[in-house]
Formats: sequence, structure tokens, C-alpha cells
Amino acid sequence: MQNMPSILTPDFGLLFWMLLAFLVVLFVLAKFAFPAITSAVEERKKFIDESLKNAREANEKLAGIEAQSAALLKEAREQQAQILKEAKQTGDNIIAEARAKAQAEGAKDLAAAKKQIAVEKENALREIRNQVAELSLQIAEKVVRANLGEDKEQQAYIERLLAGEGTQS
Amino acid sequence: MRKTFVNPRPYLAMLLLGLLTLAGTSRVAAAEDKEMVDVKEVVLGHMSDAYDWHITTWGGHHISIPLPVIVRSQKDGAWHMFSSARFGHHSDEVYEGFYIDPNRQGKVYEQGFDERPWDLSITKDVVQIWINILILLAVFLGCARWYKKRKPQDGAPGGFVGMMEVLVLAINDDVIKASIGEKHYRRYAPYLLTVFFFLLVTNLMGLVPIFPGGANVTGNITITFLFATITFLFINVFGNREYWKEIFWPDVPVWMKCPAPIMPVIELFGIFTKPFALMVRLFANMLAGHAIILSLTCIIFITFQVNALVGTSLSAVSFVMILFMDLLELLVAFIQAYVFTMLSAVFIGMSLPEHHK
Repeated sequence: MQNMPSILTPDFGLLFWMLLAFLVVLFVLAKFAFPAITSAVEERKKFIDESLKNAREANEKLAGIEAQSAALLKEAREQQAQILKEAKQTGDNIIAEARAKAQAEGAKDLAAAKKQIAVEKENALREIRNQVAELSLQIAEKVVRANLGEDKEQQAYIERLLAGEGTQS
Repeated sequence: MRKTFVNPRPYLAMLLLGLLTLAGTSRVAAAEDKEMVDVKEVVLGHMSDAYDWHITTWGGHHISIPLPVIVRSQKDGAWHMFSSARFGHHSDEVYEGFYIDPNRQGKVYEQGFDERPWDLSITKDVVQIWINILILLAVFLGCARWYKKRKPQDGAPGGFVGMMEVLVLAINDDVIKASIGEKHYRRYAPYLLTVFFFLLVTNLMGLVPIFPGGANVTGNITITFLFATITFLFINVFGNREYWKEIFWPDVPVWMKCPAPIMPVIELFGIFTKPFALMVRLFANMLAGHAIILSLTCIIFITFQVNALVGTSLSAVSFVMILFMDLLELLVAFIQAYVFTMLSAVFIGMSLPEHHK
């Protein structure tokens, strides 16, 4: 043994110190260093997985929201179109109604005017008739008075009267 | 977002630069004061444990850091603790009855006793081990602090912490978890991670030529013996019933295990060969690397003894080869730490077989 190089023969002192040093470093590293590193990496891995999951969910949610908003937009457009259509219809109705009303009013006015005219006409006719009657009466009176004189003269007189009366009135 | 992949090149380049600038300063120093270079002594001397940390020799003077010697006297059983400088400048003096015997591995012996005294000296390797452990603690507690101050949503670390994270996860997930299995690996992970990083730091520090590095720790069989023994204990203490059944009553034809227990004997032998292989593999690889680099360095001095021309030309060749070996050893430093950890994990995984049938 003693002829061999010292590196080939185990040495108790070195063994003792190596063991002590190794136990110290093993204790410290196993307690404070390696678990901290591996658990931190594990946690980070968990965090990344979770983040990926969340991102996927958010994407899905976003896609859902997009579809929803598209549907909403489409619905809104349809509603708009319908509202426009309805408004047009309502407008048309109002115009038609107004027109009808105006027509009715016009007709009513016309009727009133016609009635008025008729009344006026009636009144005028009545007046004319009255005047005619009065004239007739006057003529008749004059005729009656002339009749009392001569036949021929009577006739001429009547005719003269009538003509005269006609121009007179 | 911060980049999560860390480019290791700047760190390697830094390391290399350090190695290159320091290479050749101290390794060669010990040879300077002798007329003829004794390659064997230089190489073995640099790889062996010592009671002081030799830095360089300047003008015939050894410049070294004395380290404490702690020995128990066999006369009265008392512990003696003194500086290794007490052994004198050439380590040939006797102090309190203790002396260094150069013929018996350069260890401390007590006058009048043939046996080695109990020797718990803080040797060069012990100091190197504690330096490595301080580096390990600084690195990993620093990294752990980074994580403690942050929440998972703060993102992944970059730079040095990111590099360590990649390394820790590579060992933890791809070596330990993959070899032992999801179910049991947590019990062994701290040990195997610590072994990997201790061996890595120790191997790398062994390549640094001068003080805080350079001691050949993993190329010393005591160290690899200890780690192999711990792995051996992990395998056999926590091995399950199936594991022991496969050793003593393996799934082979009956005549192979009864009456002559051929297979059980082989399996029983295998229990010891596995950690033995672990021990020798790491030891021999690290030792060989150191020995080759030191030998190539010695070529420079041997050839200069011939004449200056030969010395200069071969030194250039030697320098290129040392450069190559240093780079190779950088790779080996990682590979051997990785292989030791991986095989330990594989052996532990084999001690926990699932009941299959």
C-alpha cells in the first residue's frame, strides 16, 4: 500500500472531511437551493399552462362575442330596414289619409258652395219669379185696364208693355 | 418577454481564457529547481494531496500556503494541531514528535510508531473541497434568492441564473426523473443534483492551474470511493423487494439457482461491481486527464535540457497539445460528472423495479 501513489489509497482524514463537507452542502442545497429552483420552475410551468388555457378561453369567448356582435348587427340592420319600411308606409298612409281628408274637405266645401249657389240661385229665381209675378200683375193690371178700352189697342198695348217692361226691368 | 435560452458560450470562453492565461505558470514551477526533471515525481506530486498548498518556486524558495495539521498522538491520545510550516522549509523537520515521511506517501508519522496516527489534517484537497463548496453555495443560494424574490408571472431568468436553471432542469428532468421514474425520484433528486454539481465544480476547479484551484480532488480515489459508497447505500438501503428477489431468486431456469446458486452469486457480485465501476471510472478519467496535461507540460522542460532549439520547437508542439488537452478536459469534466450522476440514477432506478408479470 505504501509503495503506491497516495491518490490510489483511501485516506481517512480526507474521507472524513469530504463526508462532512458533502453533508453540509447536501443539507444546504437540498433545503434551500434545489427545491426553490425546481418548485419555481414547476410553478412557472403551471402558470404558463394556465395562461395558455386562459388565452384559449378568452379567444373562444372573443370569437363568441364577435359572432354575437355580428348577429346583433345583422338584427339591427334588419330592424332598421323594417323601421324604415314601416316609416315609409306610415308616411304614405299619412299622405294618403291627408289626401283623402283634403279631398273630403274639398268635396265638402264644394258641396257647401254648390248648396250656397243653389240657395243663391233659388233666391235669385225666387226674386225673379216675384218680379215676374209683380210685372205680370202690373201687366195684368194694365191689360185689364186697357181691355176696358179697345181690343186691338189692348193687344198692342200689352205687347208694348211687355217689351217695355222687359227693357225696363 | 426575456429570452429563456441561455447561450453558454460567453461563460465557456471566459473559463477558457482564464485557463490559458494561467496555464504553464505553476505546473512547471516545481521542476525549475532541479537539474534533471523527474517527470514521475512532478506529475504524482502535483496530483497528490499535501499538507501545504504549493504555489510556485521562486529562486529555489518554495512559496506555499501552510495548512493546519491535526493529528492524534499515539503516545497519550492527545490531539495536536499546528501549522504545516512547522515541518520546516523543506518539510523535513520534526515537530512535537511528528514528521513527514517522504518514503511513505509523504504522510505524517509519529516518531517511535510504525502505524499512521489519526490524521484529520486540513490538507490541500480539503481546502479545495471547501472552496468548491463555497462556490456551490454562492452559486445556488444566489440562484435561489433570485427565485425567492420573484413570482412565476415575472418570467424566466436570463443570464447566469438562466443557465443554472437549464442545467438543474436538464439533470433533474432528463437524468434523474427519466432514470428513476416519476414515482420515486424526489427522494434521490437532492443527492444526485448535489453530486452532479459538486463533481462538475470540482472537476472544473481541478483544471485551474493555480490557487483557488488545481488540487486533484476527483482524481483521488478517496473522493470517488465516498461517492460510490453513498450511491451504493442509496441503491441497497432503499431497494425494494422486487430488487432483492431478482438478486436471490432471479427469473432464470431453476438449475441455475438451485442447488448451486450460480446466478445469485453473480447478482450478488454485481451489487458491488456497479459502485466499484462508478468509483474507478471517475477516478481514472480525472487522473488520466491531469496526468496527460502535466506530462505534456514536462515535455517543455525535458526538451530544453537537450538544447534550446529542440526545446523551443517541441515546446510549441507541446503547447498546442496542452491547449487541446485542456479543452478536452473541459469536456471530460462535464461528461464525467454527468456520467457519474446518470449511472447512479440508473442503478437507483434498477433497485426500484416495478412488479412485472
